[in-house]
Formats: sequence, C-alpha cells, structure tokens
Amino acid sequence: MADEKSLNSRRSALKCMAFGGAGTLFALAGGVLTPIELAAAVADNQGAARAGKPLFVQISDTHIGFNKEANPDVNRTLMQTISLVNGMSEQPRLIIHTGDITHLSKPAEFDIAQQMFSGLRTTEMHTVPGEHDTTDATVSEYFNRFGKASRNKGYYSFDHAGVHFIALVNVLQFKAGGLGTLGAEQLAWVAADLKGRTDSTPIVVFAHMPLWTIYEPWGWGTGDSEPLMAQLRRFGSVTVLNGHIHQIVQKVEGNMTFHTARSTAYPQPIAGVGPGPGPLKVAADQLPTMLGLTSVSVVKHPWSQVLSDATLA
Amino acid sequence: MFTGRFRLLQRSAGAAMLCWVLATGPAPAETPDAHRIVVKNFMFAPMTLTVKAGSTVTWSNMDEEPHTVSSDTGLFRSGAMDTNEIFSFKFDKPGTYHFTCSIHPRMVGTIVVD
Repeated sequence: MADEKSLNSRRSALKCMAFGGAGTLFALAGGVLTPIELAAAVADNQGAARAGKPLFVQISDTHIGFNKEANPDVNRTLMQTISLVNGMSEQPRLIIHTGDITHLSKPAEFDIAQQMFSGLRTTEMHTVPGEHDTTDATVSEYFNRFGKASRNKGYYSFDHAGVHFIALVNVLQFKAGGLGTLGAEQLAWVAADLKGRTDSTPIVVFAHMPLWTIYEPWGWGTGDSEPLMAQLRRFGSVTVLNGHIHQIVQKVEGNMTFHTARSTAYPQPIAGVGPGPGPLKVAADQLPTMLGLTSVSVVKHPWSQVLSDATLA
Repeated sequence: MFTGRFRLLQRSAGAAMLCWVLATGPAPAETPDAHRIVVKNFMFAPMTLTVKAGSTVTWSNMDEEPHTVSSDTGLFRSGAMDTNEIFSFKFDKPGTYHFTCSIHPRMVGTIVVD
C-alpha cells in the first residue's frame, strides 16, 4: 500500500518522534474523510498543523493476562502505549478503550489493567467490553468495574468537545454460528438517544467487534448492524471505531468512516489466513510495528476530524 | 471465583448432577467412561459426540487462544479455558445438547446423550 516516497517520509518521521508513528490519517473536509499518509503529515510543519487539536485517543485489545509467545509481556507494551499517550505534545482529555481489556476475564487481570490505566494523564476514560472480558460465569467482573457509566447495561452515550459519543455492546448476545449482536433493546435505545439531535452533530460510535462485516467465517462483524447504520446515515459526520481484529481495516461510506484499531498486546492474522483469529507470532523486532493506538484530532471546529494511527515502533 | 462459578452452574443446572473441572496442565487420569473433545484450530473435534446417560464429557483446549464451552440453554458454561485447560460436564439426562464457544461463536458442537 505504501509507496517508496511515503516509506521514506515515514522513516524520517520515525527519527523525529520519541516513539515514532506510522499509518494512515484521515482528514474530514465537508463531511468526507480523505486519507493522508500519517508519516508524511507529521514530517512537516504544515502536516502538524493539519493534525490539529487532539480530541481523544483510542486504545484496544490490551488483553492483560495474555502470556504466550506472540507477546510474553503485554503489560510492558501497554505501558509503552500509555507513555506514548502521556508524551503527546498536547494532552488529549479523553481516552476510549474498545474492549478486550483482559484476556480471560479474571479479577486479577482487571485489577492490573485498572492500575495501569490510572497512569494515564487523560482525565476521562470510557470503555466497552470485549468477548474476552465477559467469559466469567456471572459476567460481572467487567461490570463491577466499568458498568457505572451505563448502569450496568454496557451501552451508553456522552458528549465531549461538541461530539456525541455512543458506546455499544455487541459481545453479549452471540448466537451459535453467528456474528456479534446488538439486539432489539439496544437498537431501540440508540434510536431514542439520537432522536432530536441535529444532523450536524458529529457522532462517534464505538464497540468492540466491527460494526460492519469484515470476514464472516471468523465472526468479524455484527449481524444486526444495518438497523444501526440506517439510524446514523442522516448525520454529516459519523466515525465508527472498533477493535477485536488486532489490525487496521478501514472503510469510508458516504459520511461514515469505519476504522478498527491495532491491539496493544499482539497482532492477529489477515482475514482468512490460517485456521482462525489467534495470536500471530512475528519476529521480536516486528512486534512493535504491529501494536499501537489510534488518535482522533479536531482540525477545524466544528467539523473536521483526523484519525491517525501510531505504533510502538 | 471458582466457588462462585460452581454455585452458579449448580443453580442453572437445577437438580441435575454435574461435574466441573478447570485445571492447568495435563489432564488428570481419566475414568474408563471419559469422553474427550479436543478444541484445536478453532474447532471442536469431534463436532458431534454421542454418549450414554451418566457420562462425563471433557473438553481440552489445545489452541493458544482461549475458548469456552457454553451450552445454548445455559445448562453449562466453562468460563475461559486457556491453553491446556480442560472443562468437564456430566450428562445425566438423554437429549441433544448444543454448545458454542462464546469467544468465537462460529465454533459449534453437539453432545447427543442416549
């Protein structure tokens, strides 16, 4: 995807930045997001100006408790990610976590994660659960810690810097052989939440599993996402953020931008490569280039947003 | 947590007898009537297992990715089984029992109890 020129500018960008950065950045102009090479954008001052004021940062799939060969020290890579956020020249006030905080839903894993998150300088953190966070028999470990914002429903909304955020849960109602599910109750709640909001309200929707079908044989999608999209299409700027697949996949459809984040823990294979979406083992020096975070900045109030992805490399 | 899970399973199973084991390391010595389902490469193998009433079925996860064994009716639910962990359930009543992995819902299997 990257040509030689962008690779060169990426290299120069890596030299300039404490942790480096690589990926694609999206600038929103007139309701349409346009991809810009992130490395090219940060390599020059104009690019830095385009990157704008940081609105929020997305981290995902921290999988605290994972200890296999693909990354024996996920705590260390999460700490690196936290340092990357804390080291941003302009501190974002908000961070969202798109699920799989833990690997096995164990209390000790949640405790370690919370302790590490407390090292973030961001003042506000919002989460949604991943399916790895809800495997305990009573599905209570996640909700005991992060359920307050949603009164234990898991889905909720809030406003930040003029943007309306909608946090959704698509990991609690799996049907055998099926994709993630939002369910009628949650969809009705979204309809009520959006009712009366003007089309010009910027919307960010986030959930753990992709809210569009990326690869059905691996369950990379949400079976009843279409009724949700139908409700969102009238808005001038919609950003849909997910995790789950431990790699970046993006789609732009009308005024809607879909983006999945990298994991901070371990990469996963490209759709359909190998028997299933398990941990992908890569060379140790390659691993940091496949882990990272997504940051979203406001370029020009009230409309322009930029998505950029940074790696730990 | 172990006790809590066990109690929940007892409640959901009603009066049915059940056995629940989740352990790290090699599986303990098997009883003669043990029935094994291997969880590997994101599949249950065999996908369908027929046993006699009173049999205990044991699932063992051989993947590097955790899996669960979750009954469609809520009769049994393993919690996350990490690599080399096992889960057992005793089937007392004849019937057809469908289960899935709640982490990877495309993974499905069936126990037929004669």
